[in-house]
Amino acid sequence: MHGAWAWSAAPAAAADTEMSARLDVAAISKSFRGLRAVQGASFEVPAGGIVGLIGPNGAGKTTCFNMIAGVFAPDAGEVRLDGRRIDGWRPDQVCAAGVGRTFQIVKPFVGLTVLDNVIVGALLRSNDVPSAKKLAEGIVEKLGLGPKRDLPASALTLPDRKRLEVARALATQPRLLLLDEVMAGLRPTECDQMVAVFRELNRAEGITILLIEHVMRAVMALAQRIVVLHHGEVISRGTPEEVVRDPAVLESYLGEETEV
Amino acid sequence: MIARLLEGVPRRGLVALGALLLLLLAFPAFASGYLLSVGFLILYFAFVGQAWNIMMGFAGQLSLGHSLYVGLGAYAAAALYVHFGISPWIGLGASVGIAMLAGAVLGFLAFRFGVAGVYFAILTIAFAEFARIGFDHFSWVQGSSGFFLPVANYATNDLWNLRGSPRMFYYLMLAMSVAAFVACHALLRSRMGYYWQAIRESPEAAQALGVNVFRYKMAAVVISAAMTSLAGVVFAFYYNNLFPEQIFHISRSIELILGPIIGGIGTLVGPLVGALLLTGLAEGMREVMLQLGVEVPGVKQVFYGICLLLVVMFLPHGVWPPLARRLGLERGAGGRGGH
Repeated sequence: MHGAWAWSAAPAAAADTEMSARLDVAAISKSFRGLRAVQGASFEVPAGGIVGLIGPNGAGKTTCFNMIAGVFAPDAGEVRLDGRRIDGWRPDQVCAAGVGRTFQIVKPFVGLTVLDNVIVGALLRSNDVPSAKKLAEGIVEKLGLGPKRDLPASALTLPDRKRLEVARALATQPRLLLLDEVMAGLRPTECDQMVAVFRELNRAEGITILLIEHVMRAVMALAQRIVVLHHGEVISRGTPEEVVRDPAVLESYLGEETEV
Repeated sequence: MIARLLEGVPRRGLVALGALLLLLLAFPAFASGYLLSVGFLILYFAFVGQAWNIMMGFAGQLSLGHSLYVGLGAYAAAALYVHFGISPWIGLGASVGIAMLAGAVLGFLAFRFGVAGVYFAILTIAFAEFARIGFDHFSWVQGSSGFFLPVANYATNDLWNLRGSPRMFYYLMLAMSVAAFVACHALLRSRMGYYWQAIRESPEAAQALGVNVFRYKMAAVVISAAMTSLAGVVFAFYYNNLFPEQIFHISRSIELILGPIIGGIGTLVGPLVGALLLTGLAEGMREVMLQLGVEVPGVKQVFYGICLLLVVMFLPHGVWPPLARRLGLERGAGGRGGH
């Protein structure tokens, strides 16, 4: 397993010397039929870091994700991965460049087994099916899906489908992992397990993570820095402790009595 | 290579396939001329069903115009033979090339401009209809009055020019069906097979995992077209006459997809089981009714309709998947051999 992940660790070290940002989002905007979903949002994700993107429903978080992942091109602004512009690329090109993503509304390949789902992702950087299978088996174990690997994905419960989303994205061996609400619907213990998995990935393999999350318990536990979006604009950024005390954030999103 | 092909295939499945193959090999020894022609038809539909299944069953792209590739393949090889005396074994190069080109144009138009689902199916019908009308006025191959090959002398088998007895055609079709089965099995467990199934299940998720959806959909159409055109070549030399009104007709497209639908879309054995059930039972029933002195025109079509209805109502995934489970041949752990 560790051999397989060496690929993603190496660029991280190189990037540290030249530029600090794994992902650099500069003033991106997107409108849908005149509705401004995102306006001039800028933020960075340092190599090896974990950044949380939070905000109320409709704040433009998923739209930001979709612009980074290549689902839409931004109307204005730039997205750079390790200094290279990737905005306007197709999703498969963005993935090949090293960005793995999950979907908020899970999209498992329901007719395939859990393992085959993950093999599809693993094939991206494997020369053949047997080596992809080997890689996929390790990831399936890591995400706790081992006992269910031969079940069709249609048989999985929602928390397991979320795990499968993560497993598939990880199988593409990303330099940057985009997680779109993977904790939603999980019980607190399941949520803590998931947090532990990401921490371990981050610590042991140096994987960089940008996560959208409503579950503040997970965000506070994981994120080193938080960016808050509201009405498509960044209204606050900083460490988790700073952000939860920011009056603007309390007013628009967290509410005054939030406990974390 | 062979070891990898067999990996994960249940032993019982291999034994069953081996027994079936032996039976099919021995079949001409005890079959009458009529039964042999039924056997040929079953293998023919098993082959084209397998080819169509690559597009629909594996990659999830519904084609209702596969008669296009049968017709193009048939006309290309037949015309080269009649006009220039070129052996169909060489002519099939042109058949495959033309069919692949037609598939590529169709695929490019559809996938480049986001024509999907029902609209894609309609586009495939449009291409077949376009060919039907075009060939009606194509004087090089006699247009609507039909294109005829010199009728074969059944006494000798000339495999090089595909002039010979029904038995020769039976064995040729058997070899093609076996090759198609093995090829589809290998394709399904290749990178391409995984990507096709991912695209079938969710194109967005496949793309997010780095799959170039356009490229792999194109590959599915082009490979399926190439395979189908080979069936067209055999069709032309077996029947010795080609009419655009028949060969490109939409009913031919529908006929060739019934087998895999009834047998089980996306499975390897489904097209074979479907062809066996439909063609075998329909012809058998006709024969029995003939013996009884009852003559009802259109009984085959009614039979097809009833089969489809029953399958849709009771076996939505086709006959094969539940049958495989009953026989203990479902896919083993980590493989898709039981397909």
